[in-house]
Order: sequence, then C-alpha cells, then structure tokens
Amino acid sequence: MTALLETRGVWQRFGGLVANSDVSISVGRGEIVGLIGPNGAGKSTLFNLIAGVLPPTQGSIWFDGEDVTKLLAAERCQRGVGRTFQVVKSFETMTVIDNVIVGALVRNTVMREARRKAHDVLEFTGLAARADVLASDLVPAEKRRLEVARALATEPKLLLLDEVLTGLTPTEAQTGVALVRKVRDTGITVLMVEHVMEIVMPLVDRAIVLDLGKVLVEGKPSEVVRDPKVISAYLGDRHAVGA
Amino acid sequence: MDKNFTARRRRDLIIAAVLAALAALAPLFVRDVYVQNILILTLMYAALSQSWNILSGYCGQISLGHALYFGIGAYTTELLFTKFGVLPWFGMVGGGVIAALIAMGLGYPFFRLRGHYFVIATIVIAEIGLLLFQNWEWAGAAMGITIPVRGDSWLKFQFMRSKLPYFYFALGLCSLAWFVTWWLEDSKWGFWWRAVKDNPEAAESLGVVVFNSKMGAAAVSAFLVAIGGAFYAQFLAYIDPESVMGFQFSLLMALPAVLGGIGTLWGPVLGAAILIPMTELTRSYIGGSGRGVDLIVYGTLIVLISLALPQGLVSLFSRTKSKGATR
Repeated sequence: MTALLETRGVWQRFGGLVANSDVSISVGRGEIVGLIGPNGAGKSTLFNLIAGVLPPTQGSIWFDGEDVTKLLAAERCQRGVGRTFQVVKSFETMTVIDNVIVGALVRNTVMREARRKAHDVLEFTGLAARADVLASDLVPAEKRRLEVARALATEPKLLLLDEVLTGLTPTEAQTGVALVRKVRDTGITVLMVEHVMEIVMPLVDRAIVLDLGKVLVEGKPSEVVRDPKVISAYLGDRHAVGA
Repeated sequence: MDKNFTARRRRDLIIAAVLAALAALAPLFVRDVYVQNILILTLMYAALSQSWNILSGYCGQISLGHALYFGIGAYTTELLFTKFGVLPWFGMVGGGVIAALIAMGLGYPFFRLRGHYFVIATIVIAEIGLLLFQNWEWAGAAMGITIPVRGDSWLKFQFMRSKLPYFYFALGLCSLAWFVTWWLEDSKWGFWWRAVKDNPEAAESLGVVVFNSKMGAAAVSAFLVAIGGAFYAQFLAYIDPESVMGFQFSLLMALPAVLGGIGTLWGPVLGAAILIPMTELTRSYIGGSGRGVDLIVYGTLIVLISLALPQGLVSLFSRTKSKGATR
C-alpha cells in the first residue's frame, strides 16, 4: 500500500534563507511519526507546507495518492488533513462546542449532525464539561486540547500536531500522550512536530530528524536518539564524540 | 445542553414575534405624523444595521461604505421607475441583485486587505460612487430624481396621504433582516463567518474557504441594504446622490450595531431603538442646521460605550443571565 503522505524533493526558500532543502519524507497509514529537530531546523516550515499554508518553492506533496501541492489549506482539510497550531488559534469569541462545530461542518452539512459530531469529539477529548464555556476562558492546556478536538471534528485521515505537548506540566503532557495514542487507535495517522525528545520518543513509531532544513536521520526512536549525528545536532559536536 | 441551545433560539424567536406584533399595533396609539416618521426611520435603520451586521459584525469585515449599496438600491428603483415605468417592487429586487453583484465584485480585490486597510477601501469606494452619481447626467446628476406622483397604491408602492403603509413595510423589512440573521446564526455560513472573524488562518485549516465566506456575507448584506435604499427612495419621493449615498448612511448603519452589540442578534435593533429617536429628537429640538449636533451626541455615546461596554448594550442582558459563561 502506498504511503498516506509523501513529500517529494520539497524546497522552501524565504529570500536568501533555505528553510527546507530537498526534503523527501513519507508517512504510512496508521503510523505515529515524530518530526523533530533543533530550533530553526525547518520543522514548522515543512509542517506548513504539508498543511497547505504556503506552496513549496519546488517539489511536490502527495496525500492519499493525489498530488495536493497546488491545493489550498481548506481543500486539503476537505481531503482529510487536520492540523493544530503551535501558537493556539482558538475562535475566542465562540464557545468550545461552537469552535468544534466549525470543524465538524466539513463533513456534516446539516447543523444537527455537526452538533452531534462535535459533542462526540468533545467526549473523546475530555472537554465535554467545558462545552458551553467561551474559548477565551479556557486554560492553556485546555486550549491545546481544543485545537486537537477541532481538527478531529474534520474527520481527518492524517492529523498534524504542531508542538501540542510542549509547555505543558508533566501531568498534562501525560494526558496529552494518552490522547494521541487514543487518536491513533481510531485509525488516524499522526505526524507530530515536537521539540522535547523525552516526551515524543516513547510515543512515536518512527522519528524523522530535521537539521538545517534537511533530513538528518530517520528511523526507530531508540536508534535515532543514539545516532551521533542527532546528538551533535542537538548538543554540539563535543558531546557526539563522547557518545 | 442541546436543549438549552434550542430553547434559547426558540426564546429569541418568540421575543421577536411579540415585539413585532406590539410594533404593528403602535399606529393605533401613535397618530402624530412626526412620531410616526421617527418610528419608520428607526425600523429602517434597525433593518439596515442588522444587514450591515452580517458582513461587519458576524464576518468581521468592517465596512464604512454601505451607503453605496443603499444608494444603488434607491437609484436602481427610481431609474427603472421613471425611465422605463418598471414597478418599484421589481426595481427593489433588481437593486438588491445589482448591489450584491457589486459587493462581490469589490470583494474580489478588497477581501485580500486586512483590518484598517479594508475599512479605508470601503470608505473610498463609496465616495467614488457618490461622485459618479453626482456627475451622471442621465441619472439626474446632483439635481437628483423626483418621483412622479401616481396616486396612493401598494402596486406602485407610493403613499401620500398616510405614512402607515411605509411603517408596515419598514416593520416587515426589519423583521426580515432579523429573521435572516437568526436563521444564518445557526447555519454553516454563520459558523464560518464567526470563525473567519476570530481567526481566518484557523478557519482555513478547518476547511472553510475564507474568501468565499466573505463573498457570501457581502452579497447577503448588500442585497438587504439595497432593499432598504429602495424603500427610502419611495418614502422620500425624491432622491439625489447626497441624500441616499452620503457618508452619514454608512455611519448610521454601523453605529446602532456598535452601540447595541456588534456581531449579536439583538444588538442592531436595540442600538437603533435608542440611537435613531435620539438623533431625530436632538435634531428637531436643537434645530437649525442640526446635522452637526446629532453627530456630536452619538459620537459621545459611542465613545462611552466603547470605554464602558465594548461588547455593546446586549452584554448587559447576557451577563446577568449566564454569568459570562455563554455569549
């Protein structure tokens, strides 16, 4: 079976800066893949290219056997790409349930069905008790959860998580990890950008390490963390020699 | 919880029906033509503000150029009537359609602008429209068009002896604009618009085509405002560019919504009910060329509201009912 998501020789330049150079990755169906790398490695850029926020300078992006390079973010969502934002972007003047209904409307045009779907998703993500609260009244961890809920309401095949576990307390992060596992168990493929290795590594099936815009290493988490190239990218060459 | 939601929507509908019924009875008690006049204008501005609120309140695209659509409604109706003998009812709908098309045509370039730049663009376009009509000879230029008197009839939508038919039409239009808003509020468009207003990028990521949503809001909003323009033209029986397309109309559509609560179902009606009678009364009591005085009065009012109650007057009601938890 073909991969669910594939980037083929993707480049992204911002003026003189090369954020992604010749990135080719693939994500198989049902996988949890971690996209990691030090600051400025080009993770967020690649993530935005996959979500369709901007078109790549060069190369193509394939989703579910279709070339989606030229499609808008909204069209990619309709085809089954859901995403969250690193800096949360809740609809602040709307209630939690209304936030989620916006996502649910992609596949349910009848309001009553969209509302029911939104309820189910809130149950699933543990936000049901907060359904009628304004999004602006949520605490940060709940806002992260709402981002996930909204994306899940679009019934994605691929869920893109942009640092959803960063900046949470250890307990909150643990609940977050449990939620990601639960999402995968429903058959949704997950690609997550994460900064903090300790949290992601036990969670993902496979890790892709980006550094300076290129794919540095790719493989099982246990192998990746021991790779000297990864250690040197994160900590500098001195530490890699010791490893 | 779903029950609460349905119950609230039903409650809104019932309140609206009761208010409309009470308003319909008002002429039984109000015989004074001057007061009737104020009631008509209040209802008309409530309808206009409600329509403005669809694009600017719900979808968040603040327009200060809606006078253009108001004028287009008025001119389409009167040009068709005086030049081709087309009944005002058809002119009204025709004006609405033309205004909606123009709104979408303008939206094409301008919906790429954000925030203040969009507002500035709407002001400029409306001023250009005004200048064009002031110089368009065939449409009467600055002299305007006097609507020929053909006797009182609903068919020709013209009444000289009594203002009451205008009153009932304005009430109908206001109810229509309210009902359209009520209906849209719980439709996919309503949700898309609020999402676009709060965060276009997030909306786009959830499958909302932001540009199309704005176009839809602009079309509905302009259509309804143009109907109001057609009504106003028949009501005045005389139009010229300044009296149907002047900047003050853009303001008078925005201010009631801002006062009552922008992007809310009841805000425009509440705002118009306070603002319009107040404007008319200051104008007549302070008198003379009082156009400046009423502007000062509602300028002050808006400043006070934005300082003390930025969510508008409706927030007074919702806060006590739900402790700020919902709406």
